[in-house]
Amino acid sequence: MLKGDKNKDGTYEKQPVIVQGITGKFGSVHTKLMLEYGTNIVAGVTPGKGGQKFEGVPIYETVKESVSATGAKISIVFVPAKFFLDAAKEAFEAGIKLLVAIPEHVPVRDAMQAIEIAKQNDAIMVGPNTPGIIIPNLIKIGIMPASPFAEGNIAVLSKSGTLLYEISNSLTTSGFGQIFTLGIGGDPINGTRMIDAFDMIKDESELDGIVIVGEIGGEAEETLAQHIIDLEFKKPIVAYIAGRKAPREKRMGHAGAIIMGNYGSAESKIAMFSKANIPVAKRPTEVPILLAGKIRKK
Amino acid sequence: MRLLEYQAKELFKEYNINIPDSISSTDIEKGRKDAKKIGYPFVIKAQVPVGGRGKAGGIQKCHNEDEFELNYPQVLNMSIKGEKTRAILLEKMSEYEKEIYLSLFLNRSKRCYTIIASAEGGVEIESVKNQIIREVGLGEVSKKIAMEVAKEIGFDGATSTHFVDILQKLSKLTIEKEAELTEINPLVVLKDGSLLALDGKIMTDDNSNFRHDELLKYREQTELEAKAEKSGFSLVELEGNIAVVGNGAGLVMSTFDMLSDNGGKPACFLDVGGGATEESVYEALTLISKMKKVKAILVNLYGGIVKTTIVASAFIKAYDNNLIDLPVYARLMGAEADKSKIMLKDTKTKMFDSVEQAINGVVMEVTKTG
Repeated sequence: MLKGDKNKDGTYEKQPVIVQGITGKFGSVHTKLMLEYGTNIVAGVTPGKGGQKFEGVPIYETVKESVSATGAKISIVFVPAKFFLDAAKEAFEAGIKLLVAIPEHVPVRDAMQAIEIAKQNDAIMVGPNTPGIIIPNLIKIGIMPASPFAEGNIAVLSKSGTLLYEISNSLTTSGFGQIFTLGIGGDPINGTRMIDAFDMIKDESELDGIVIVGEIGGEAEETLAQHIIDLEFKKPIVAYIAGRKAPREKRMGHAGAIIMGNYGSAESKIAMFSKANIPVAKRPTEVPILLAGKIRKK
Repeated sequence: MRLLEYQAKELFKEYNINIPDSISSTDIEKGRKDAKKIGYPFVIKAQVPVGGRGKAGGIQKCHNEDEFELNYPQVLNMSIKGEKTRAILLEKMSEYEKEIYLSLFLNRSKRCYTIIASAEGGVEIESVKNQIIREVGLGEVSKKIAMEVAKEIGFDGATSTHFVDILQKLSKLTIEKEAELTEINPLVVLKDGSLLALDGKIMTDDNSNFRHDELLKYREQTELEAKAEKSGFSLVELEGNIAVVGNGAGLVMSTFDMLSDNGGKPACFLDVGGGATEESVYEALTLISKMKKVKAILVNLYGGIVKTTIVASAFIKAYDNNLIDLPVYARLMGAEADKSKIMLKDTKTKMFDSVEQAINGVVMEVTKTG
């Protein structure tokens, strides 16, 4: 859905994207940066500002109006957490098929409800609390800086935002550009789970390898490792897990980064990756080294 | 937030889930009064936000005054897995026939609530055998499902009816309080076939705090943690002497791991949020300046959009205002790193190209100064 039709010169058609909360403090900054990157932002939504323009982008009162005017199927949402569920509902009901949900601190119950609505409307949500998605040199729907990323053949799937930048940067400087990177978000409930993100990219023919950036909390990494074992997926995969030394039963910054009993511990994730023959880096800068090793062995 | 046992039981009581007679206290004077009200024999239970307190000696039986006088101060002053006892719960001893396990739990992979029950309770969930598992969407437990679970545990007659009632009340509590976990372990069967919640654990969703004023009294936050939250940071205070600061939870955790791997002891985990500005870094330094145990600061910022010179200005301002006098070992990734290095040349802040170098530096520094 992110790549449009292929043009004669081999480039891809740019998919139209709308921004919910385009005039907000955060939304406005990132709209500018996404436009600079070349993302085809065709409309914004801010109630009360319909008819105005922001950076040349027309603003509408509702998502429905912006969708009928532009035909966009992708939206990125910047609204305070309290209003997120309403914004998500509005988007899905207006025909948005991919919603990138940036807000942090969305209550779990609201996120679960938004996912239900997405399912009913045959749509996908990425986030909440996601840095977004970037396909280097093609499209950026998110808040990530552009500098760490370069075009290539490695996919990076991450719970954390800054670690996604850090590790992609490390990969880029080692000559491993990216084909697709996605932050699933640091919350307990993710619209797109690790396993879903993996399924989005696994069959891409140009894919040379995958980097999984996990962290303590939940069992997304374990589930994905089992999925990889079940599929007998053969392309090189390397993982990194943050929070090996974190104390138990404390939330470490992300709402989802908490070990409860043994549920969510780094040990459990590392053991499961090891079962799937996926090496786990101890430092972010070790990721490209392990990946190079895996790719060479192939 | 993670509620202590007595707090979980207050919520159980509010939802008419039977609990034993119990009273909480934080000093022995009050404890003595509670002892008279409850009457011997009773148990005293350490109120700590971690599991495994039974094995650690945090639960003691008292048959008489002598045992009470001996056990109370001992349990009150103990630490279990690094957590100090917050309060003592004095609880009537119950005679029961059987212990079972019951919880409603947010299954993050399946994105639904899950009932976990077992006829073999009283041990930690990881060791609970023959788990009965039912997925229940957003947490609503129908009578039909509750009856199925009761049957699988082996309950019939009045006990079954009582169990169905408790499970549905627990479901109501989970939904209304927006809990990620509500656990009764053990839930015990008394001689007359009725059920009693002997221990409880509740974990609520912090992101829903804004619509749960009634739970805020259970919130345990140090003064600094509260201040950090106001600034939009997340702070976890720890026992070590090196403050760990960064932007983004994942990056700070990663820095924290690497510091620990190299023998450093973190004094705190401080995430200033995805972006970093001069104000946010200055604010972070203000918080750290109030932590007496801190000997040095380790900073790991992935600038990205932000220029590192802005961050460097925050350090300079902090030294100029005598806010801090601590050595800072910093790795600032982002634009204008060279310029920042020049700006910080004559200060106690040392800039490094990699976080590994910064960590080596800070561990050396703390080792030198003891």
